Amino acid sequence: MSIEVKNLTKIFGNFKAIDNINLKVETGELVALLGPSGSGKTTLLRIIAGLETADEGNILFSGEDARERKTKDRNVGFVFQHYALFRHMTVFDNIAFGLRVKPKKIRPSEDHIGRRVRELLKLVQLEWVEKRYPWQLSGGQRQRIALARALAVEPKVLLLDEPFGSLDAQVRKELRQWLRRFHDDLHITSLFVTHDQEEALEVADKIVVMNSGKIEQIGTPEEVYHKPASVFVLNFLGNVNLFHSRTEAATISSKAAKLYVRPHQLGVSRLPVDGNSVKVVLTFINPAGSSVKMDAKSSDGNVFQVEISQEEYKALKLIKNDEVFLTPKNITYSEYEI
Amino acid sequence: MFALNTKLKRRTLPGFRLSLGYTILYLSLIVLIPLSMLFIKASTLSFAQFWDIVSAPRTMAAYRLSFGTALISASINAVFGFLVAWVLARYSFPGKRIIDALVDFPFALPTAVAGIALTSIYSPNGWVGQYLAQIGIKAAYTPLGIVIALTFIGLPFVVRTIEPVLQDLDPEIEEAAACLGANRWLTFSKVIFPILLPSLLTGFTLSFARAVGEYGSVIFIAGNMPGKTEIAPLLIITKLEQYDYQGAAAIAVVMLLVSLLILIATNFLQWISAKRIGMS
Repeated sequence: MSIEVKNLTKIFGNFKAIDNINLKVETGELVALLGPSGSGKTTLLRIIAGLETADEGNILFSGEDARERKTKDRNVGFVFQHYALFRHMTVFDNIAFGLRVKPKKIRPSEDHIGRRVRELLKLVQLEWVEKRYPWQLSGGQRQRIALARALAVEPKVLLLDEPFGSLDAQVRKELRQWLRRFHDDLHITSLFVTHDQEEALEVADKIVVMNSGKIEQIGTPEEVYHKPASVFVLNFLGNVNLFHSRTEAATISSKAAKLYVRPHQLGVSRLPVDGNSVKVVLTFINPAGSSVKMDAKSSDGNVFQVEISQEEYKALKLIKNDEVFLTPKNITYSEYEI
Repeated sequence: MFALNTKLKRRTLPGFRLSLGYTILYLSLIVLIPLSMLFIKASTLSFAQFWDIVSAPRTMAAYRLSFGTALISASINAVFGFLVAWVLARYSFPGKRIIDALVDFPFALPTAVAGIALTSIYSPNGWVGQYLAQIGIKAAYTPLGIVIALTFIGLPFVVRTIEPVLQDLDPEIEEAAACLGANRWLTFSKVIFPILLPSLLTGFTLSFARAVGEYGSVIFIAGNMPGKTEIAPLLIITKLEQYDYQGAAAIAVVMLLVSLLILIATNFLQWISAKRIGMS
């Protein structure tokens, strides 16, 4: 099922949580809503689920107006940040809940429910916790049970609100990859909210970057990372260094420009390379990791973040407080002041 | 509610022995020793005498009245106190603070004052009583009046035990239920109510215990006709006034044992329902 959001606006008091948003999620896509807190991403998700009502605009499910449909009739699976499991029910009863509350006419038999629950437990790789209560499980396990519960009713859309937000780093990473594989198997239209760019870049087919109620950019992870549509997207998706420069661009000669360069796009050398090279002092070196991360400071007080390969680092024999030159090799984004 | 505190496994503050010793001493002085005097006094009777006193028709009628009206009023409070707690915990409206303070009123008001006020309202020529009289209902000086007084006295116990649990209830679990296709009734009956049940039982128990022992407010509205509207605590007072200390103790011992049994039973139910939600 595809989801289409048309001219959606939501106002809380005098705060515009969502400001005239348009968005289309195709059937089977895994889309990330990425943005800082307060950017309206969770509100958008909740409006799609019917947990909030929009002030203006419309939501279409497969082209059909969903405004009049109540949450319980929307057939969406919703996974909450804090799991929202029913603590007085066993894991089995939690997962079976959605099937047991169906109207008598279409309710499956207890036998069928049992089979379905075990199937889902197998899917989330937690067969052995069937009889436990949610409070006896770890955070990662609870979130997988919450996912199984949401999937029990065979939703057409899966909505995940910061699903890994309250888990520790290791579990987050595992579940992230697991969600990716899981989506590849099921191909259910999924929309997940996150404020973690790494998570969005790693998991999603498409990223929607949001800021103060508006969409800044929609694109593949590659597009939003390498071709950001705005300074906000650029900043939000990774570290970036700012160069003030006289540019020799072909069309506009000698205009002041701001060049935004990612840490790995900076070249380090002992001697200046071109007119854009900046003399800096290395203030911090962290060689632990697949690349070497360094902080540098220029004489006019600008701070730069640099990332070079281990080989380069060894070849240059860099140590702390060395004086070197930084030169942008590529530019991710530039702004011209006219 | 109290079960929450017993699971402290690691203590940072010292003084376990001192505080336990203090607790036992204090409880002995305040509760156990006076209660044991009751048993000692009652044991000066032979069993036949004891049985004669407690199985006398007048005594039996008083027991039935006391426990019956206490159960009825605690049940009424369980239902309507639940509603009041629900409204107070879930909605905000002008005057909410005033209503919130009103709930505590029965706690603070001297019970005799409550009894006199209720009697004047529900007596056949009172504000409410005159209309009840028109449709043939007599409130004051009947068991119905006793139920009214006990309901008044017990209301805050239910409201104040349920309210904090309701406030802590995560709205997300209701949303989760809705997303799974549950209608409002199923969301309430299968998701919310089971979580509130332990505190509802606690509130019911407290309200019931208070009602069984209530004296001040009831004697004004009850009419106190022996065998009809005479509650057990009043019967005890009557015996005391006649210097029949043994008789009073005998009646009190039976009340104590029955109350104890009922409290154990409800605590057991409460323990079972709390265990399921990981609270004990």
